[in-house]
Amino acid sequence: MAREPARSNRPPLELHVPEPPARPGEAATFDHIVVPVAGETRRPDPREEPAAMRDLAYGLVRVLDDEARATGPWNPELPPETLRRMLRDMALTRAFDDRMFRAQRQGKTSFYMKSLGEEAVAIAAAHALDDADMLFPSYRQQGLLIARRWDLVDMMNQIYSNKADRLQGKQLPIMYSVRDANFFSISGNLTTQWPQAVGWAMASAARGDTRIAATWCGEGSTAEGDFHSACTFASVYRAPVILNIVNNQWAISSFAGFAGGENTTFAARGIGYGIASLRVDGNDALAVYAATEWAAERARGNKGPTLIEHFTYRAEGHSTSDDPAAYRSAAEASAWPLGDPIRRLRDHLLGLGEWDEERHAAMDREVAEQVKAAQKAAEKNGVLGHGLHHPMETMFEGVFEEMPWHLQEQRRQMLDEWKAAGL
Amino acid sequence: MSEANETHAGASEVNETQTPVTSMTMIQAINSALDTMMARDEMVTVMGEDVGFFGGVFRATAGLQAKYGTHRVFDTPITECGIIGVAIGMGAYGLRPVPEIQFADYIYPALDQLVSEAARLRYRSAGEFTAPLTVRSPFGGGIFGGQTHSQSPEGIFTHCSGLKTVIPSTPYDAKGLLIASIEDNDPVIFFEPKRIYNGPFHGHYNRPAASWAGHPDAEVPEGYYRVELGKARVARAGGDVTVLAYGTMVQVVLATLAEMDEAPDAEVIDLRTLVPLDIETIEASVNKTGRCMIVHEATRTGGFGAELSALVQERCFHALEAPIQRVTGFDTPYPHSLEWAYFPGQVRIREAFKRTMED
Ligand SMILES: Cc1ncc(C[n+]2csc(CCOP(=O)(O)OP(=O)(O)O)c2C)c(N)n1
Repeated sequence: MAREPARSNRPPLELHVPEPPARPGEAATFDHIVVPVAGETRRPDPREEPAAMRDLAYGLVRVLDDEARATGPWNPELPPETLRRMLRDMALTRAFDDRMFRAQRQGKTSFYMKSLGEEAVAIAAAHALDDADMLFPSYRQQGLLIARRWDLVDMMNQIYSNKADRLQGKQLPIMYSVRDANFFSISGNLTTQWPQAVGWAMASAARGDTRIAATWCGEGSTAEGDFHSACTFASVYRAPVILNIVNNQWAISSFAGFAGGENTTFAARGIGYGIASLRVDGNDALAVYAATEWAAERARGNKGPTLIEHFTYRAEGHSTSDDPAAYRSAAEASAWPLGDPIRRLRDHLLGLGEWDEERHAAMDREVAEQVKAAQKAAEKNGVLGHGLHHPMETMFEGVFEEMPWHLQEQRRQMLDEWKAAGL
Repeated sequence: MSEANETHAGASEVNETQTPVTSMTMIQAINSALDTMMARDEMVTVMGEDVGFFGGVFRATAGLQAKYGTHRVFDTPITECGIIGVAIGMGAYGLRPVPEIQFADYIYPALDQLVSEAARLRYRSAGEFTAPLTVRSPFGGGIFGGQTHSQSPEGIFTHCSGLKTVIPSTPYDAKGLLIASIEDNDPVIFFEPKRIYNGPFHGHYNRPAASWAGHPDAEVPEGYYRVELGKARVARAGGDVTVLAYGTMVQVVLATLAEMDEAPDAEVIDLRTLVPLDIETIEASVNKTGRCMIVHEATRTGGFGAELSALVQERCFHALEAPIQRVTGFDTPYPHSLEWAYFPGQVRIREAFKRTMED
């Protein structure tokens, strides 16, 4: 115990412990959130120095206004065809999530995580990047794979850990790895992908390549040391990388305040590192697209990294293991001031006269059918715990490129023991 | 501390005041230990990811924040390195921090603060500063948690001088050992076998889960008592073979013996504390039985079983009638779908018994 100093007549110190604005049973308020008018935030030239745009870390890039009209300097002016594809990809992601969440509830797999309410973050980014750019996602950017047209059946095989799972049942559901889609193996350990993305980008620059990297993590994950290591390397080597923080307001039960969100924005984390930093309306697909496109242009022009905070809301539980009713107000999702990303893009297309209610309803039916058909196909390969897994001895493969004697011996022993036991 | 608690025999247990006994799960027992210690010592401080308002993802800290306030039970940023570093600083001030690492699989970012700092603070400051932390963390597999919710990293910590490593296998021990750990002035890694949080696992993942209700080792005093660190427990007395185990595997070994045809009369020793180890109990048992089997879920190479095997060989060589057998997790990451082929369950324990009893 520290020696007590002589009694001081200074006022006693106080420890501040953050409290979220609302707990279960309380009315949800987002009064503390300032939502600037769409189109208001300026768009600097992408060749500008980071020091000349620090204000953007405290602004909010918004393109779609309250009437879902696209306004202001960040309007990416996308052709209706691209808008419709982004809309469909978001709807497909939502339908996929819905079905796989239910599959977990039916005991067909051990675990699932939805991206409900934050689909625009992944979908719009994937559309703004080149397919050759390398992605280092967290577990909540399934939308990237869907936007890159990856086979839903393949994703489901992984979720079911079945005999057709390319990851051989070795990895937890949804922790995909899809090299062919330039999508890095997802880790369950938070934020480890950030320095890895920076390293990939540095390598690409060192080799005179033209591909850039992008990575994502939640606002809660910015507390990990890896976040800060990544920012330092990205800044020092001006790595061609886009660093995305998905601020969906909640980690598991702890709100953004426990990651420092009460005192500043997450985008402002970049300022101390001298990294160009944007804060973006994450439920506005056009704003996410525009910000990603801008950051990609910087990276490709050797202007270095960009950090983007996507301001959004996690409308579902953290995972199938979570019950958000135990820690946050149930009214929050509907009180969320930035709306729903699918509805906002739909309304925008409707306003343009490029969409109608019937087509929207038909699209919803089609994506539901597409997911259902994929699920049927995937379940032919088995679901978790029903015997249709990879052969037991595959467990020992892939620890090393070549299997050392001790693993060969352990494999043999396992098979002998199971045989002796009559199994 | 005066009267010994007779119901759970052993001079190692001290019960200050006889208090009512309740049937508790291991989670409830851990919660009760934290509650008991927070009430006794206002320096005891609980911190970690989701431990505050929510009460922990496994509910181990449920109700504590409402009872003791946000200065003594609080959520932390998601940085394990930060959690342990901050806990060391709080300990230097004079608090008695009980940080939780949400899963043992997430303890690695904290390794530097644990291994280079907490473990050596007493030594390098010649006792000026100490790190009286108890780092609680659920560990082990059996819940289809894949490679990041299943690991048993105890061997990393037992290898590092200056850390105590404690692992309970029953609700009664969980509470008594946690209290002793919190009162200990050195850093303790307290790994909680999450598979037996709610019942004593028999090793059959596809049979209904057992419950702690009605189990004699789930009879837990409501008040204060200690199970001293460094004292093993004879979970089952026997004369044919000594089994050294801890955590979940104690329960699986006991169930295997109960279900096995022609089971050997095994003496099952629940180590309870890996460092410091109760070498006397181990030696006495192996010298009596002449055979030894070591069971843990952690990977094999360089695991704590290797240390146990070396010790038994060094100290009981002349008493040994058969080679020491190790039943451990394989030297692979914990697979998701093949979890039950990986888990060192009844099949593998039975075969090892046969081999040990052969010669
Ligand atoms: C190193 C590490 N620590 C803790 C965890 C447990 N954990 C998994 S997700 C999570 C919350 C992450 O929140 P955030 O970064 O905000 O992302 P979100 O889930 O909201 O997308 C925690 C604490 C983990 N997976 N890895």
